[in-house]
Amino acid sequence: MTQPVLTVNNLQVTYFTEAGRVRALDGVNLTLNPGEKLGLVGESGSGKSTMALAMMRMIKPPGRIEGGSVVVDGVDLTKLNDEEMREARLSRISYIPQGAMNSLNPVMRIGAQMRDAIKAHKLAPDADDIEKRINAALVSVDLKPTVAKMYPHELSGGMKQRVCIAIGILLHPKLIIADEPTSALDVVTQRQVMQTLDSVQKQLGAAIILIGHDMGLMAQFVDKVAVMYTGRLMELSTVQDMFTNPQHPYAVALIKSLPNLNQRGVFHGIPGLAPALLRLPPGCSFHPRCPIAQDICKAQVPPLEAKTPTRFVACHLVEKIKNEK
Amino acid sequence: MAPLIELRNVSKVYSKGLIARASTVALDNLSLSLDADKPTIMTVAGESGSGKTTLAMLLLGFIEPSSGQIYYQGKDITKLSPVERTQFRKEVQAVFQDPFAVFNPFYPVDHLLSVPIDKFKLADSKAKARNLMEEALNGVGLRAEDVLGRFPHQLSGGQRQRINVARALLLKPKLIVADEPVSMVDASLRATILESLRKLNKEYGISIIYITHDLTTAFHVANSIVVLYRGGVMEAGDIETVIKSPQHPYTRLLIDSIPWPDLDRRWGGDQMPIKEIEGALMGTGCKFASRCPFVMEKCKNLPAHFRLNQHQTASCFLHDQHPMLDVEKLTEVLPM
Ligand SMILES: Nc1ncnc2c1ncn2[C@@H]1O[C@H](COP(=O)(O)OP(=O)(O)O)[C@@H](O)[C@H]1O
Ligand SMILES: Nc1ncnc2c1ncn2[C@@H]1O[C@H](COP(=O)(O)OP(=O)(O)O)[C@@H](O)[C@H]1O
Ligand SMILES: [Mg+2]
Ligand SMILES: [Mg+2]
Repeated sequence: MTQPVLTVNNLQVTYFTEAGRVRALDGVNLTLNPGEKLGLVGESGSGKSTMALAMMRMIKPPGRIEGGSVVVDGVDLTKLNDEEMREARLSRISYIPQGAMNSLNPVMRIGAQMRDAIKAHKLAPDADDIEKRINAALVSVDLKPTVAKMYPHELSGGMKQRVCIAIGILLHPKLIIADEPTSALDVVTQRQVMQTLDSVQKQLGAAIILIGHDMGLMAQFVDKVAVMYTGRLMELSTVQDMFTNPQHPYAVALIKSLPNLNQRGVFHGIPGLAPALLRLPPGCSFHPRCPIAQDICKAQVPPLEAKTPTRFVACHLVEKIKNEK
Repeated sequence: MAPLIELRNVSKVYSKGLIARASTVALDNLSLSLDADKPTIMTVAGESGSGKTTLAMLLLGFIEPSSGQIYYQGKDITKLSPVERTQFRKEVQAVFQDPFAVFNPFYPVDHLLSVPIDKFKLADSKAKARNLMEEALNGVGLRAEDVLGRFPHQLSGGQRQRINVARALLLKPKLIVADEPVSMVDASLRATILESLRKLNKEYGISIIYITHDLTTAFHVANSIVVLYRGGVMEAGDIETVIKSPQHPYTRLLIDSIPWPDLDRRWGGDQMPIKEIEGALMGTGCKFASRCPFVMEKCKNLPAHFRLNQHQTASCFLHDQHPMLDVEKLTEVLPM
């Protein structure tokens, strides 16, 4: 059997806010094989970025990782010292933050920003090698090497986003996390950026976690989907299973809410609202909105359990759903 | 038909700095109208920079056309009397993209609803004002007790956007101009907002101009569509016809690029090569020529609108065997 490139075990993150402790990540478990593409979906505020930041060990106060482990390519990142962690970033695991394209330094040439990213590394290659890597990275995201001499404002949104991808792959990571890389872009540009990400992933053989809330993008891009709700994973399955036979009632509602070309003007919004993390209901956090909730759902948090070897669901009633079908 | 609102040969040119050369034609000779008696939902679609927001600002009277006129119930909106102006401001409402921007973070969300009630003197007592708010909130599927008294940051983007729609509804408008109302809202929360827009049209008889770059939502909400590119109309017609059988290469590009949430409908296959917009517009021919995979010699000239069928027109020489349609008559192909 292949060794997973990523194993996340019981990861927990809390933000200590004035209003109280916010459990933004409540015991998340996940594994990913080399070269696999995972979609992490959920409403905004469900903890997707927190999950990415925790894996990168980039959670800042008032947040804190309270427990769990993140093993990438055999190395437990939570056990590394700060220096070792800095080395791991970009070379083992790299993160393309939400809104990255808008945080490129406006007064610095693209090449210089890429150089900076590498130089933050102790194991930084020599100057010649750095230039070669910058060139290669730009070419692999379909940009001309001359882009290195340009400033961010000379580039379109799609080009800036591809620069961010190029920075992410400079040191050939085993795992790339892209946090809503196309949320601010038009459809045409979005497709181009996603194609770039796809070809980069193939070139490097890296695994990818694509964070987002657009199920359409997931259908087109990923192999597996993880559905997040209030800092917990509700379901993790193959993209095929997720779209054709979702199990968790929240996943079911999510799939049902998707626009369908055959039913113009028919909308299936998800009734009710996601609860505030500060005031999570007891038991399953989805139970107040769940059409089939029962007493047990109000009392006990359902664990994420393997229902088949490739299918994990956090719901007390899932077996029952299957039987009724 | 008596038009509710009508654009006649409207253009908007922005000039940057003092150099006349650096000017952008944001909207190029657009003629369109909405029938007062048949409230409809019309989509205006296009990538960013195509002139959608410029059109919204013009319709709302926030900016004036560089040439051409806009009439509201037969009156040029740049020449309204103070009384007519107040009426126009009340009857033509806007919902904007950013569900955060319009809220004042220091007031509960009630504020957003009470300000227009005061401004247009819609209620003479607190109880009546409260009733109006409740009615408007119910109209968009929210319960007053869930949202009134809460602060903006305590609500999701989707809820805030629905309150924006409720605010527009409060004034019993005849027209709502919604500029990308769901593009900053989570995909899973969009359905409820779009549903309320449709309800406003069906149940309250409000006409809606739905501006978007997302053709999937347009498909579900609108009756007709106008596809803009660099300020010009590329294709227009019945929404179902245009989305299911797009004829202009630009519309095809937009539709090919939609990531459908459908495993059987993959990106790729017979897709068109994609190029991003780059540089300024050159020459006077077809605005899409520099990106078009089918570009021909004659595209150096500006293509007319060719009428493909009763409810579809494309401004593209690939269709020049069809009869021409005057730009002034674009509305004829749009179903109500
Ligand atoms: N710096 C912070 N301080 C306090 N709370 C935070 C902070 N960052 C995130 N949170 C809270 O953690 C939750 C998850 O946020 P986030 O991970 O950004 O979600 P997503 O990326 O899914 O939108 C949210 O409820 C948010 O309010
Ligand atoms: N106030 C302005 N000054 C100068 N140019 C503008 C202004 N507003 C918009 N433009 C230009 O007009 C064109 C159309 O913009 P806009 O109407 O915002 O398009 P959209 O809403 O479709 O993205 C763009 O090229 C934009 O740069
Ligand atoms: Mg996020
Ligand atoms: Mg706009």
